[in-house]
Amino acid sequence: MIVASRKPIPELKEVLAKHDKVLFAGCGTCVTVCLSGGEREVGIISSAMRMARRLDGRPIEIEQVTIERQCENEFIQELAGPAERNEAILSFGCGAGVQAIAERFPEKPVYAALDTQFLGILEEQAVWAEKCLGCGSCVLSQFGGVCPVTRCAKRLLNGPCAGSSEEGCEVDPDRPCAWQLIYRRLQAIGQLDNLSEIVPPRDWRTSWHAGARRVVREEHRI
Amino acid sequence: MIETEPVSAVQDAGTNQVEVIAFCCNFCAYAAADLAGARRMQYPANVRIVHVPCTGKVEVQQILAAFERGIDGILLAGCLEGGCHFVEGNLRAKRRVEAAKQVLDEIGLGRDRLRMVNLSASEAPTFVARIQEMVETVNALGPNPLRLPGDKERAK
Repeated sequence: MIVASRKPIPELKEVLAKHDKVLFAGCGTCVTVCLSGGEREVGIISSAMRMARRLDGRPIEIEQVTIERQCENEFIQELAGPAERNEAILSFGCGAGVQAIAERFPEKPVYAALDTQFLGILEEQAVWAEKCLGCGSCVLSQFGGVCPVTRCAKRLLNGPCAGSSEEGCEVDPDRPCAWQLIYRRLQAIGQLDNLSEIVPPRDWRTSWHAGARRVVREEHRI
Repeated sequence: MIETEPVSAVQDAGTNQVEVIAFCCNFCAYAAADLAGARRMQYPANVRIVHVPCTGKVEVQQILAAFERGIDGILLAGCLEGGCHFVEGNLRAKRRVEAAKQVLDEIGLGRDRLRMVNLSASEAPTFVARIQEMVETVNALGPNPLRLPGDKERAK
């Protein structure tokens, strides 16, 4: 899922400085699960923003609506009425959600309440870790299900660097060395032979380096 | 949005002093408050006790809603660490209080209006002392600047 974290209130206050009536739009999917942009978080930030603006002597009127998913037009439809009634929209969706709303309401200012972080998983209660960079050319099958592109700080594809220890990454000792994880995993599944293959430099054109990507499935189009 | 008991507590206050809400855990602080009453111990009358099953039941949103509606200070009184009836409700409350304090700092209201204390059911004198300390702190800070216009008389 997509993991995000909320921006500080002073930053949001500055972004909304020009507006007195704003729609706070939550998203019920990824950002609800990562506790940053769901109905509860929208309520907390709305309350905080109303207080901050009253303390500044310029009250703000906030309408709160949380929809199922901000990255699909069918769900965004539910925001049409509230968007019409307000001067601007503060989206609690991920970067995709904010942009989807901005495209749906081209004449309405749309702002981001969250900093979108990464594609990751819940490691333990309230701890999320990045697992996928979305590079467009997956190598997980070759490396036992551990991604060196995402989890090795240097994105090495042919073994660890000289700086790593058995447990920790040189860049951040609290983070496990991806290559240790890969070695142990391949050993456990009897596929250490995979490591004897030399992996050529990656073709990064499949990643975002060549600009925003699209996926088209002709057989499903109507 | 979750509606909270403190709303009516604030509206019904009707005194000229600062108002403090004490969220008291059923298994410790509420019993300590009861004991303090039974022993005729005196503590400031401008404290409104809200009986909760555990401090872990109190959410950040409820704390902020009470401040938004003009309460001057909030005290969460939970069990001693390691002694929670629900094992770790008071530890969760401690972390939530810290998160709420951060929001209060960010909006400029200040973290000192919110405090969490820990005590056991038999500690009536401790309960009274903590209440007095909280009221003194809030008195020093003055009334909540977010009080509604109609509530201003109360602050004089």
